[in-house]
Amino acid sequence: MLELSRITAGYERRAPVVRDVSLSVAAGEAVGLLGPSGCGKSTLARVAALLHRPYSGTVVIDGSPAHGWRHRAPREQRTAFGVVFQQPRLSADPRMRLADLIAEPLRATGRREEAGGRVDELARRVGLSAELLRRRPHEVSDGQLQRACLARALVLRPRWLICDEMTAMLDASTTAALVAVVEEYREETGAGLLTVGHDRTLLGRWCDRTVRWEDLAGAAVTPTAD
Amino acid sequence: MTTRSPEAPEAPGTPGGRAAGEPVLSVRGLSVRFRMRTGGDVAAVTDATFDVWPGECLALIGESGCGKSVLASALLGLLPANARTVGQALLAGPGGGPGDGLDLLAADERTLARTVRGRRIGLVPQSPAAHLTPVRTVRSQLHETLRELTGVWKAGIGKAGTGKAGSRKSGSRKAGLREAGEAAAARAAFPADHLDRHPHELSGGLAQRAATALALVGDAPLLLADEPTTGLDRDLVDRTADELRRHADAGHALLMITHDLAAAERIADRVAVMYAGRIVEIADATTFFGTRGPRHPYARGLLDALPERAFTPIPGMPPELGDLPPGCAFAARCPKATDACGTVPSPADGVACHHAEEDRTCSN
Ligand code: SF4
Repeated sequence: MLELSRITAGYERRAPVVRDVSLSVAAGEAVGLLGPSGCGKSTLARVAALLHRPYSGTVVIDGSPAHGWRHRAPREQRTAFGVVFQQPRLSADPRMRLADLIAEPLRATGRREEAGGRVDELARRVGLSAELLRRRPHEVSDGQLQRACLARALVLRPRWLICDEMTAMLDASTTAALVAVVEEYREETGAGLLTVGHDRTLLGRWCDRTVRWEDLAGAAVTPTAD
Repeated sequence: MTTRSPEAPEAPGTPGGRAAGEPVLSVRGLSVRFRMRTGGDVAAVTDATFDVWPGECLALIGESGCGKSVLASALLGLLPANARTVGQALLAGPGGGPGDGLDLLAADERTLARTVRGRRIGLVPQSPAAHLTPVRTVRSQLHETLRELTGVWKAGIGKAGTGKAGSRKSGSRKAGLREAGEAAAARAAFPADHLDRHPHELSGGLAQRAATALALVGDAPLLLADEPTTGLDRDLVDRTADELRRHADAGHALLMITHDLAAAERIADRVAVMYAGRIVEIADATTFFGTRGPRHPYARGLLDALPERAFTPIPGMPPELGDLPPGCAFAARCPKATDACGTVPSPADGVACHHAEEDRTCSN
């Protein structure tokens, strides 16, 4: 179970974009969080993945409360999450070949020796050829790079997947392909999913349950310009 | 604009009903090749042929990297130096007559910059935030574009101290400019009370409208919208698309380049599908998105991938434009491929496929 309770978070203490929001995802469950851009839902996703420290509130991961965020998070909590963002170009080191990009979390956690087999297996799943694995980000399309970013998110076999507008930049076929990879992984491992997006139809088709941002406690007072 | 007489035969691929007069843009056999430093060519666009008519929206759809943005850049004369183009892209003259038409591919940069971009083709950009100047208010950017494109207020710039008469004149010029700026904003439904804001103070939707207002200043007969809905929420996509539709209804020809099938379905009269640099199908939007569906296997696969439909991806990925297979570029992914597909299919009745779904438009 992933439990977010009474989270207030943002980038300016006096104007938090997330106010007093609570949300839980049961083990193995797929929850879609639906909201307009700039509403704070991505910030909440980052808090859940231990990438952004909230001003207040608690995050409990499979029974253990989170005490640190980012590099201060204990390794076993940090590696419980696989995260995919909207813009693959912002989250991929431009100097790395796709194969190294996918293997990077293994290196960072001292499990370099597993890289070979694991990268090949994931590349097959996300549909990247050996030739594409040798390329650098600027030599592939957005869709191909996002495939690599999804493989990277799965490389440590996370129990939780957080997808922040993972398919917003992608065409219909690549979207369907990446969602299928996520679902296949979840079926095998029982991983839970929190996916954030603005496409009602997509989240409705993908998730067990869709939560609207404006229905979360406190979210309604968040000012949005639209 | 003139109305088509009932007995006049429709040219192939003309939009039923909406079209009037001559096409605003006629593209014939347009190809774009990039010569790479490593040697070899990238075939970004191959043999594109289509028309865009006044009052219609043609949606050019395809996934990223299929060549659709290169096609747009070619029309605007914004290709990099290593690009070579062949073919023709005839932009109708202001009077609509054939005499003052301009071939965009043959025109020099000076002509394109002075008379085409902004004046005869209005560009609605992909990321309005990047297109607007961050340090200046929307009003000041509208004023600058108005001065540039209409020339009416030019004399008022940088000429201080020209005496009483002069300053009175420049005062009325200023008022006129202000009025024209507000009118331009209103045409794109940009709220007047936000004109004095900077781009970063606007929501995504308002930034898009500001960029659209700038695109409309020149009252260009052809509007070219390049992925106008990328990154917008569904509601905002709908609103942006509807606004573009209004401009088509007001008589502009609208060429919308997009990977967003929902936006295309919402406002397009016709759809052109691009795959690996070629237009593989041009169809009436109602037929394409309706029960008859597309006739090209790729287009069918693309629609089937939608979450409101089967949500199944097309297997594999598109080929590299620098390394296209001989024959049909879709063959490796196509469920209907046969030996015949080893040769490139030429377009017939709007579809380029050896085994296209039957055209049932005549039989029922
Ligand atoms: S020409 Fe052949 S391979 Fe190409 S789309 Fe048609 S059936 Fe498929």
